[in-house]
Amino acid sequence: MAELRVLVVDDEPGMRHSIKRALSNHTVRLPEIECEVGIQLQEADSGERALEILEEQSFDLILLDHKLGGLTGVDVLDQLRRRELDVMVIMITAFATIETAVRATKSGAFDFISKPFTPDELKETVRKAASHLLMQRRARELTEEKRRVRFDFIRVLGHELKSPLGAIENYLNLMKDRISGNELDAYEQMITRSLARAGGMRKLIADLLDMTRIEAGEKKREFTTVDVKEAAERAVEGVKRPAEERGIAISLEHTGPTTLVSDRGEIDIVLNNLLSNAVKYNRDEGAVTIALRGDDESITITVRDTGIGLTEEEAAKLFQDFSRIKNAKTRDIPGSGLGLSIVKKIAELYQGGVSVESRPDVGSTFTIVLNRHASSAESQP
Amino acid sequence: MNKCILLVDDDPDFLLSTQTMLSSAGYAVTTAEGVADAEEKLTRHRPDAAIIDLMMEEFDGGFSLCHHIKKLDPSIPVIMVTAVTSETGLNFDVSTGGDRSWIKADALLAKPVRFEQLKRELDRLLKE
Repeated sequence: MAELRVLVVDDEPGMRHSIKRALSNHTVRLPEIECEVGIQLQEADSGERALEILEEQSFDLILLDHKLGGLTGVDVLDQLRRRELDVMVIMITAFATIETAVRATKSGAFDFISKPFTPDELKETVRKAASHLLMQRRARELTEEKRRVRFDFIRVLGHELKSPLGAIENYLNLMKDRISGNELDAYEQMITRSLARAGGMRKLIADLLDMTRIEAGEKKREFTTVDVKEAAERAVEGVKRPAEERGIAISLEHTGPTTLVSDRGEIDIVLNNLLSNAVKYNRDEGAVTIALRGDDESITITVRDTGIGLTEEEAAKLFQDFSRIKNAKTRDIPGSGLGLSIVKKIAELYQGGVSVESRPDVGSTFTIVLNRHASSAESQP
Repeated sequence: MNKCILLVDDDPDFLLSTQTMLSSAGYAVTTAEGVADAEEKLTRHRPDAAIIDLMMEEFDGGFSLCHHIKKLDPSIPVIMVTAVTSETGLNFDVSTGGDRSWIKADALLAKPVRFEQLKRELDRLLKE
């Protein structure tokens, strides 16, 4: 909101004039939410006129006199509530009786100010109202944003689960109809593909569980001294078979201290994801190099491959949920699209970060930094 | 002569299963794995009908391919298949208007496609 739209409702021209003088070139400063707003002022000389104006335009704030010629301020408030207008009201009362104040507040006024008031008192009242209004709006925007992100995630997830299921159903239906005759051999490819798609679904569900665990923070993170070098050796062991089948050589090098106070499960997830990607997206007879570099501050893990690589545009999208680079080169490579997004979330838990450097058809280098102080601070009672 | 179907989808499993089904039903099938691939195949051979996935590498890849085919020959029936009709908010019955009006597909089927239904639609459209 660049400007606070204010409607002044008072039947005394003198009062409207002095409010105008106090507010028209005034900037409301709200340091608590790092925000400054100007004021755009409009006037109405009666409650009836105010309601007419409100039919046409919307306002953020109404300065509403209680004692008006026709309708009273409280009458106007009742009308506003009936119309469900999203506008904040400050009542102006000549005689600040408790009774009027209570009635006004019950009818939905945010605050009241009693005549006579100084320009500074008015400005302070407006500032409080503006601050409340803006904070309320920000909170609403945040809730809306969260809801939208969650909805998008579930929508994409639904799609990602439906496609493999659909593929498997199609194959099963064909086999049920004995579409290729009664020889089992004729169905070999359908069976192999069905199993591959089921495997992909299983991996997606496993990744989802990893992700939920990290995001929800439900599982207690268990900090112990983990030797990242040993964890890397285990991860290498895990991808050994697919790597050997395609003649991909994996090497591990390290300098400096490689131990880190951390959650062992998280470190395993990071290394397994990076290594399995480095093998999956590599070329036959390629190479994978894992380098660990430790110092007093952090441990840096780099995983370099000689694979298909990425364009800059692709690299920018890589760490988002369900981001899978779809092109002819990746078509037959299975993946959930969640692995790197999980790696990034874990790196952030260690106040570190992830980055990628890549050249198409040359290879990619992923760098993950995990800070020591992040985990050691949290593990202290 | 067998009727020839152009089948376009970026999901290789959809291609394989649908091709198997259509072949056994007596159709000749050409498959393409994307819009570019399909357009290239169209320059060499004109199919009797096309089955296209709506969402391929580009958001509206299926739409632009449908447009391309109808421009080439409006009499070629096009069946769109999609897993995400309800979520995209795209309406097939109404052209979006403006300068660019989409030529609509002849039929829309939800994924996973029931083969019986696909065969029925094909038979109907090829008879017309």
